[in-house]
Amino acid sequence: MPGSDTVGLKAYGAYVPRLRLSRQAIAESNAWFNPAIKGLARGERAICNWDEDSLTMGVEAARDCLTPARLDEGAPAIAAVTFASTTLPFDDRQNAGILATALNFDETAVTMDFAASQRAGTSGLLNALRNAGAGDSLFVAADKRRTRASGPQELQFGDAAAAFTVGSGNLIADYLGGHQLSTDFVDHYRGADSKFDYNWEERWIRDEGYFKIAPRAIAAALESTGLDGGGVDRFIMPALIRGVPKKVAAMAGIAPGAVRDTLQAQLGEAGTAHPLVMLVDCLQEAAAGETIMVVGWGQGCDVLLFRTTEALKSLPPRQGVKGYLARRREETNYNRYLSFNDLLEQDRGIRSEVDAPTALSALYRNRDMVLGFVGGKCRICGTVQYPKTRACVSPNCGAFNSQDPHPFAEIPATVQSWTADNLTYSPDPPAHFGMVVFDEGGRLMADMTDVAPGEVAVGMPVRMVFRRRAVDDRRGFIKYFWKATPDHTAEDATGGAT
Amino acid sequence: MARGIKDKVAILGMGCSKFGERWDMNAEDLIVEAVEECLEDAGIERSSIDAAWFSTAIEEQHVGKSGVPLAVSLRLPYIPVTRVENYCASGTESFRGACYAVASGAADIALAVGVEKLKDTGYGGLPQRTRGAVADMVWPNASAPGSFAQLATAYSAKHGVDPGELKTAMARVSVKSHANGAKNPKAHLRKEIDIDTVLNAPMVAEPLGLFDCCGVSDGSAAALVTTPEIARSLGKTDLVSVKALQLAVSNGQEASHNSWDGSYFMTTRRAAERAYKEAEIRKPRDEVSMFEVHDCFSITELVTMEDLYLSEEGTAWKDILDGFYDADGRIPCQIDGGLKCFGHPIGASGLRMLYEMYLQFHGRAGARQLDDPKIGMTHNLGGFPHQNVSSVSIVGRYDA
Repeated sequence: MPGSDTVGLKAYGAYVPRLRLSRQAIAESNAWFNPAIKGLARGERAICNWDEDSLTMGVEAARDCLTPARLDEGAPAIAAVTFASTTLPFDDRQNAGILATALNFDETAVTMDFAASQRAGTSGLLNALRNAGAGDSLFVAADKRRTRASGPQELQFGDAAAAFTVGSGNLIADYLGGHQLSTDFVDHYRGADSKFDYNWEERWIRDEGYFKIAPRAIAAALESTGLDGGGVDRFIMPALIRGVPKKVAAMAGIAPGAVRDTLQAQLGEAGTAHPLVMLVDCLQEAAAGETIMVVGWGQGCDVLLFRTTEALKSLPPRQGVKGYLARRREETNYNRYLSFNDLLEQDRGIRSEVDAPTALSALYRNRDMVLGFVGGKCRICGTVQYPKTRACVSPNCGAFNSQDPHPFAEIPATVQSWTADNLTYSPDPPAHFGMVVFDEGGRLMADMTDVAPGEVAVGMPVRMVFRRRAVDDRRGFIKYFWKATPDHTAEDATGGAT
Repeated sequence: MARGIKDKVAILGMGCSKFGERWDMNAEDLIVEAVEECLEDAGIERSSIDAAWFSTAIEEQHVGKSGVPLAVSLRLPYIPVTRVENYCASGTESFRGACYAVASGAADIALAVGVEKLKDTGYGGLPQRTRGAVADMVWPNASAPGSFAQLATAYSAKHGVDPGELKTAMARVSVKSHANGAKNPKAHLRKEIDIDTVLNAPMVAEPLGLFDCCGVSDGSAAALVTTPEIARSLGKTDLVSVKALQLAVSNGQEASHNSWDGSYFMTTRRAAERAYKEAEIRKPRDEVSMFEVHDCFSITELVTMEDLYLSEEGTAWKDILDGFYDADGRIPCQIDGGLKCFGHPIGASGLRMLYEMYLQFHGRAGARQLDDPKIGMTHNLGGFPHQNVSSVSIVGRYDA
């Protein structure tokens, strides 16, 4: 039985983009070419806004996970940050490092990216669990999935992120054990210079892959933990081929009622993050003492076993998968999706041509301000301000060199003035921006994102989110900054358990 | 307390090119067009000029940096030429530099020239450009209308003015300027419009429609200044002198401190207070004969009428609807069509405003001539409502 040295999950968080593309809209545009997709034209899939990617989703999932710890108040101490994704924005610039900077973690946190397989999520989490003991760590998995137009994956995939804090003591779920099995079973692949996956036949994947490889990994995991299939209360296994999770569960003696819904109807499959997205969804409704099996798939199979604890119920409210799924806006314009994903050769106008390279030296110098959204607080007059400058902005102060760093990301804010700009270049016109005023003091003329036409109003509460400010296509550089978005967190947050 | 500029400097001559889409003209050609008129008006030769100030804002779009383009365009005789830039208030800055040179005694005759050649971008509106290594990382990619449109949302919220009613008052601002501009042969836009045209125009940046935005123009304007004594010695009578030159520059309070509500210009209020004091004007609504304000957008003009202490706070929209600022109203505003219709070649605009004052005082304003104006005020703004420079000048009859 778990003892004081037991490791496991201490908190969870998730993120699902607000935009949901209607599968009917995809099918309507593409079924002329591929009539087979009509059968998939039900429900909706989560899609990133133009300014979202795996990293921005990862930051949001991490913030949800760390709720309600105010990052500016020092808690919790995080010894390591691991980021898992097969769609990392940078091939050679540590993505976990950007995430840690955005979250204002101490630079002593050990940062690492996990990539290159759909198993990166579960393998990364297993790795974090095995290394637990050196202090709490943050594990984040995210995928923004890219497909060609007209294929079934375009309808089946979704974008999302999940995050966990991993450690020992006050666990919401004890880690019971697991098993990893690696075999070069290539059901799909994406070459180093390819934008898209190449897929092999589903029937072969099902019969030779899922039905032969997964049962072996599951059996080994059960054996190592001394459990049998009947002891598994919740079975989490993403798979796009119909009936696969149920059949694999049955082969392991796991009850059909334990098999979790794959969230295909509302979200789509979020790649390497998906088993963990499903785990968050499961934890949001699980009771104490439930045994949960998580299966990760990709050139082999990972199996992780958890048992929920009484502490799960006292986890402070957060969005999780359920909260973010409830925060949705339907997108029926398939062309907009194509445009956001660079799948459309569009006339973006001369205004889009402005060439603005990023001065990496200036970015480094201002990394706390830009990536961490850290402002200042005057030691003399107490004025909170952004950006942090050498001279206090208060008209009654103006002191030099008087400001301490003051993070702004978690401070509630409202809109003082705004507009919807049709003239300036934006990948999603009109560009919404306005003066955002923070409750503690300080303000920012800020871009707004995830807003519906007519939604913004003076006095509207907003929350700051980490997003792509712009992309320097010429140099392959993504410029991240913080934007304001309508704050729905209060109405959508749910308790740790039902 | 500084003694101020009042009556120390007189305008010796002025000139202004036709504003508009001058497809056949380089910036250098526009400069010559304005300065030729200015020299002829002053009755002097280039060799009499002791120093020059040259204003242009988006120099990368046309002449490039420094004072050299002005010296080359005019083949000036190796005199001091200072290039100045202060956003869209650059034009008044060159005038201020020239006036200070004369007032100090460092120059007997000084030249101020502003120019902007905007119509070489390939698209409408102001040129899109970077704002520097750090600002580019955090500033919204806002257009000028997008920045100024926010005045309207904040003004509506603060004063409880229905957005539709405010939009109608804003439309009246533009209708008035088009009526005035139609009478000005040098104006860029010379067509009268009705209020429905403004209200139904395509939305540029909510709530600003196409006709809430000023023209983007090519053009140049110039002034020669000297002391009243020298002007008289050159045979000039009915002198127009400078009564006040004030400039207020944001220090970041609007952008970073919550003491500003977004509905007005902190800078303009300060510059106006100082200018009235410098010119010894106590009741501007009664004492000033005419205004040229920086109507880059209809809402800018509307709130500026309050910031210049002409309309009570929260009531400018009513004065506008009442026709108070029309050509036949109590205080005509933008009698030349303003930025809205005369046009807005950035570096020239502040000088263009003074040019209209100068013509009006000399009775040379043609079909738009006002009846015996005594004091005129220009307001030249640059930047964004939350971070800007505001220049206020007062000119009038020297012997009035």
